Amino acid sequence: MLGLDKVKEITNQVLALSKADQTEVIFRGTDSALTRFANNAIHQNVAETNTEIRVRVVYGKKIGVASSNDVSPEALRRTVDTARVIAQLQRENPEFKSLPAPQPIRNVEAFIEATAHFSPEQRAQMVQVLCKKAKEKNVIAAGAFTTTAFEVAVANSLGVFAYHPGTYADLNAVAMSDTGSGYASFTHPDARQVRADALADQVIDKALRARNPIALEPGEYTVLLEEEAVYDMLNFLGFLAFSAQAMQEDRSFLKGKIGEKVMDERITIFDDGLASDTIALPFDFEGVPRQRVTLIENGIARGVVYDTATAQRDGVASTGHSLPAPNTMGPMAMHMAMMPGNTSKQEMIKSVERGVIVTRLHYTRPVHPMKVLVTGMTRDGTFLIENGEITKPIKNFRFTTSYLEALNRVRAIGNTTQLYYSDWGGASRRVPALLVDGFRFTGVTQF
Amino acid sequence: MKDIALRVLNIAQMRGAAYADVRIVSRTTQRIAVKNGRVEALEQDETQGFGVRVIANGAWGFASSSRIEAREIERVIAQAIAIAKASSITKVKDVNLGEKLSVKGSYQTAIRIDPFTFPMADKIAMLLKADEEMRRVKGIKVARGEMAFQRENKIFASTEDSLIDQEIVESGCGIVAMATDLATGEVQVRSYPNSVGRHQQTRGYEFILDQRLVENAARVAEEAVALLSAEQCPSYDAMTIILDGSQMALQVHESCGHPIELDRVLGSEAAFAGTSFLTPEKLNNFRYGSDVVNITADATIPGGLGSFGFDDEGVPAQKIDIVRDGMFVGYLTSRESAQQLGLGKSNGTMRADGWNRTPIIRMTNINLMPGTWNVDDLIADTDDGLWMETNRSWSIDDKRLNFQFGTEMAWEIKGGKKTRMFKNATYTGITPQFWGSCDAVSNEKAWTVWGTPNCGKGQPPQVAHTGHGAAPARFRNIRVGVIR
Repeated sequence: MLGLDKVKEITNQVLALSKADQTEVIFRGTDSALTRFANNAIHQNVAETNTEIRVRVVYGKKIGVASSNDVSPEALRRTVDTARVIAQLQRENPEFKSLPAPQPIRNVEAFIEATAHFSPEQRAQMVQVLCKKAKEKNVIAAGAFTTTAFEVAVANSLGVFAYHPGTYADLNAVAMSDTGSGYASFTHPDARQVRADALADQVIDKALRARNPIALEPGEYTVLLEEEAVYDMLNFLGFLAFSAQAMQEDRSFLKGKIGEKVMDERITIFDDGLASDTIALPFDFEGVPRQRVTLIENGIARGVVYDTATAQRDGVASTGHSLPAPNTMGPMAMHMAMMPGNTSKQEMIKSVERGVIVTRLHYTRPVHPMKVLVTGMTRDGTFLIENGEITKPIKNFRFTTSYLEALNRVRAIGNTTQLYYSDWGGASRRVPALLVDGFRFTGVTQF
Repeated sequence: MKDIALRVLNIAQMRGAAYADVRIVSRTTQRIAVKNGRVEALEQDETQGFGVRVIANGAWGFASSSRIEAREIERVIAQAIAIAKASSITKVKDVNLGEKLSVKGSYQTAIRIDPFTFPMADKIAMLLKADEEMRRVKGIKVARGEMAFQRENKIFASTEDSLIDQEIVESGCGIVAMATDLATGEVQVRSYPNSVGRHQQTRGYEFILDQRLVENAARVAEEAVALLSAEQCPSYDAMTIILDGSQMALQVHESCGHPIELDRVLGSEAAFAGTSFLTPEKLNNFRYGSDVVNITADATIPGGLGSFGFDDEGVPAQKIDIVRDGMFVGYLTSRESAQQLGLGKSNGTMRADGWNRTPIIRMTNINLMPGTWNVDDLIADTDDGLWMETNRSWSIDDKRLNFQFGTEMAWEIKGGKKTRMFKNATYTGITPQFWGSCDAVSNEKAWTVWGTPNCGKGQPPQVAHTGHGAAPARFRNIRVGVIR
């Protein structure tokens, strides 16, 4: 971690080197370590220190972008020059108006020293706790424990400068018996909050209860989707529907529906990069402060997220959801949360005559984007509910179902939420469990 | 850089590493993306750094840094050794790499036209021309095109006296036409030459010229529009399907390439990507497919996206049988996993995604070998079936058994002829039953080495570029259609 002063020195150097009409620089630094385990032992244990500088230069309406992970003075000069050469080779972008002007950005305290300095020995000891418990119960544990410190800065020639350091820790584990498995994970900015013993108990218990699953006929079921499964649903909504670009390209189900009821009236979903219970990032990759955006409110579609380019097309202000330039994916909701309800998972189970509990979803892919029709598998703990009790473990199902229709058939919403953070893209989600009717399973696998 | 590599190894040994290897990697990528007549993205990215793998106290440690300078090298090596010693508190037995491996060599992708020096103006002009051709077709909402190029230079050195340098060059491109109908909620897409953005190979710019993007643009757009009003593909419990070459490539990737990764089989990926139904007792003892199914892993195919000179443990690239006449005969292995299963030497499939990732077992080029049928004869021989073309969705369970794929376009085959176009076609199956139903594979005239530049695996995440030689093939009694 270089710290605010050094990072500012680097971004100032870049801006000084550039002779473009406008210049933007993104700095990202990472100190990350991951202790991976399988077969009740650590088998991969890795650490990475990296920096990246990404420079966007604008000459008239020609834009070029270059990046490097070398922040030495010669490399900065080279990167700025590469961006310049690229811009000169570009065609004009008639839509481009300007990089954003400075706006006040609220600081968020999100850097935990203990996480940043978590040692290899500490990580190994956490994993050892989990592996030892697994061995005692004759199950096999696999998973990963990550501790990461990061810093992000965005600066531009119009006067924007924003800097934010943050940390996160994530422990995920699967426990496997000979015929069943269970999964759990925990994410928090503070590594000291990670309880390997509690997580071990959770996954081992699930793995033992999942032994000797029976095969159930595919069909439509009432399903208790645990938080890990709802996390996947929210990811798809964010990717397929909640972006202004998806709306502008007529591929979001929200098109023409803002102000209309699109989900159960108990569903409220928002995006807030400054929330105290997320892996916060108070500004986007153009240095625009992240706004809290209400996406769905009591089942009614309220809005989508914007970056500068999509905002200009719709004549609105950016909501602070850009990705690093050059961005072809459009704005992205990176800190979504679904509000909890008032039903515990135990109450949900008691209310079901015949249904299924799903721990997590695997290899989910969109089949029909406008319907948010998704296919995938259940995984690592799938159980039958009969007359208000969990009775048997069942073999994993393939599902092909519309997440949108499922969110219109909600029976109950969980009264607690869990935080997730993805290494693939850096998005945070906070979600409750959901009890939904009519979830469609279309196939079954052999385990 | 070679001197730096050797210095790293010296320091590692002095600090107590029983084994160490180092990769110093620099990677340059260039991406051009156009959409609806504008150049949306034009960027060049460079990354370089070094990663050190050590064995200390019988366990692995890996550390990496972007700063290739003396003090940082010392710090990173110390970090790797501390990590290895920390790992050892849970070890059951010491890491065993088998017999010593000392390899010296060089490798360079053979290219005709350097994609990084080919004029940028010409690249942009080609993409914009293809874009224009697509948007001439009424009903196209979004036209996209993309080119991507990568050059990676890496040095590998180990304390077993290996020293290898390689330069791998890749070129990729693709176009996509999207048609939408708000009234019906239909979004239809046609991609060329392949979906998920592009087709890619380890070749120079000559690969881009070979794809003829402009010449195919109008057809692709017309098909996207036609799909809006095409009939929904019916559902069938048991149908004959012929999958085109690009879809076969993904079928091979998902249902063969992944389950043969020996690290998956041995549990290394259980928490994330999953395990494998191809458990060790099945090696040389399990019918994977019908006797027309022959699958190889071959890192030596010229132009293959999974081709190289040496893997990231220094093992030379090689070709091995995976499925022979339908029988499962081979895994993808590393030095350590080969020892764990008593298979002798590694067959060279350890690959790392850059300097900051430790190598793990990845596919190279996993190929369904050509059969004997001309494609036209295969269609003519099919009385009642479906031709399914270009992947649109893909999903498979965590042991690689139950899968479901969707394609962008399908054609009904009746009496040996393509008749009606269908949209939203999907098919599903269980891997060995599916491959067991294969009764015909097209010949080398229809065989292409497709490139998959987006294979995800590992914690932390790694993206591998893999190749798949494939030609159209026919399967009987397949369940088709789950969309309602």
